[in-house]
Amino acid sequence: MGSFVQWLTESMFLWKALIIIVIFAITLAIAAYSTWGERKVAAYIQDRRGPNRAGWGGLLQPLADAGKMFFKEDFIPAQADKWLFILGPCLSMFTALMSSAVVPFGSSFIIGGKEVFVQAIEINIGILYVFGVVSLGVYGVMIGGWASNNKFSLLGAIRAASQNISYELAMGMSIIAILMMSGTLSVREIVLQQHGGNWNIFYQPLGFLIFTICAFAECNRTPFDLPECETELVGGYHTEYSSMKLGFYLFAEYINMFASSAVTACLFFGGYNYPGMDFVERQLISGIGANAGHNVATLIGIGSMFIKILFGIFFFMWVRWTVPRFRYDQLMNLGWKGLIPLAVANLIITAVAILSGYKLVGIWVGLAIMIVLISIVWSLRPKKKNAIMGA
Amino acid sequence: MQNIFNLPPIWYSFAILSVLTLFGALGTIMSKNPVHSVIYLIVTFFSISAHYILLNAQFLAAVNIIVYAGAIMVLFLFVIMFLNMKEEADEMKNNKLVTAAIVTALLLGGILIIFLRRAGKEKVDALGFNSQTGMVEILGQSLYGEYLLPFELISVLFLVAMAGAVMLAKREQGERHF
Repeated sequence: MGSFVQWLTESMFLWKALIIIVIFAITLAIAAYSTWGERKVAAYIQDRRGPNRAGWGGLLQPLADAGKMFFKEDFIPAQADKWLFILGPCLSMFTALMSSAVVPFGSSFIIGGKEVFVQAIEINIGILYVFGVVSLGVYGVMIGGWASNNKFSLLGAIRAASQNISYELAMGMSIIAILMMSGTLSVREIVLQQHGGNWNIFYQPLGFLIFTICAFAECNRTPFDLPECETELVGGYHTEYSSMKLGFYLFAEYINMFASSAVTACLFFGGYNYPGMDFVERQLISGIGANAGHNVATLIGIGSMFIKILFGIFFFMWVRWTVPRFRYDQLMNLGWKGLIPLAVANLIITAVAILSGYKLVGIWVGLAIMIVLISIVWSLRPKKKNAIMGA
Repeated sequence: MQNIFNLPPIWYSFAILSVLTLFGALGTIMSKNPVHSVIYLIVTFFSISAHYILLNAQFLAAVNIIVYAGAIMVLFLFVIMFLNMKEEADEMKNNKLVTAAIVTALLLGGILIIFLRRAGKEKVDALGFNSQTGMVEILGQSLYGEYLLPFELISVLFLVAMAGAVMLAKREQGERHF
């Protein structure tokens, strides 16, 4: 027993557990306040006030909503598959919470002479882990939608499945372009390589565009929220859900937004890097000592990471209240005929640019050539006569 | 039997995972509802991935989850949800099918036994074994170095299959030919 306690204090176990719990708590808090933020942003865009009754500026609104959700009747339809009906929202929540496990939220703390990474787990297949968890995210929606035994739920579930599969392909290919540049699958390594203003967004503008569109589709956010399209499907896959099970589905969407903003920040916006971080760290180390200086610099890095994440979440909301929903065939055409060929072209351009030795110039020249070629082909294409949609 | 408490922790993980894998596999073939079958099969894939992680093959584990659990099983579920399979399947009444199933099972069992008997003879040298074998770097180097030709041939095969699938699904003008 003594050796176990010694192992516990000497190993990273306690620190890792602490970091995992803190990340978990922050994720839930940010997701809860995203619901408040979503309504405030919507109100601002639509020239209203938004929630302002519960607490100062409506700040207690998420608590009030959660309380309401818990006290509503928890209803399970008679013809539903009971266990799968319960499993659906649980899976949604579970996969949403798992995806931020490999995201490095900050550099490292030096505690008692040991370096502790601000990250739940550091594995050398980080990106693949994220991709795997994202691809599992659809099960919650599919199982819940099927188990409800309702045609609207089933249609929502099937839409969710086909949408996720379609957009995963383009998403994977835009990530492969990043992997070709960085040569590693570890998210921490990718972030470290963007140190000193070398953010991937400058090297991969097209990849970023594709990745963002796919992230919207994977999170089922407007303009891709067809699985829960009210005008056609009542409530989509969660038509039959009530009480906190519905709450879990809605909450999982906000957690997914947080996680995908975090991954976007790491892949394209340098993660916890910010301009002038070396200077700040040097000043802090010379001011308050090596360890304390490093720790404070890490805290500032975590702050910059969270600013990027919050801006990502704001961007999700901004788009939701600006852009209308796609029609289903438009969604599929965009995914298969628009994004996947673009992602393949982006891969080829990236490969040529890396081989040529001029990464930055090569990629931008390649993109310019691609845009010129596409516009020439587009203007020369034969005009369809009886086409209803034109494109 | 008294040694069971002195086993290294990895043995416990292996035992628990194996029970879970077999539970999923049995559930897949024993459940009457096809959707339940698919979900049991997903459980099996997850526990197999966990086995890969125990073997320090992280890349294989992640790819197994992405490809099988994340893509293929989603498509399975997708298709099964469209079918409304309420009535019992009457495959067990068809004598030809039952005979074919028995012959296949016996052959597969025979192959498994032969391979297991051979595998037992060649033990891995624990000291000389490179623990990084399953990692991405080494896997990539052997795939794109030693096994480049088979790898590319498989890619061509996939491309052909993809083109074929698009061909079959594409709507033709006028009368259909197949």
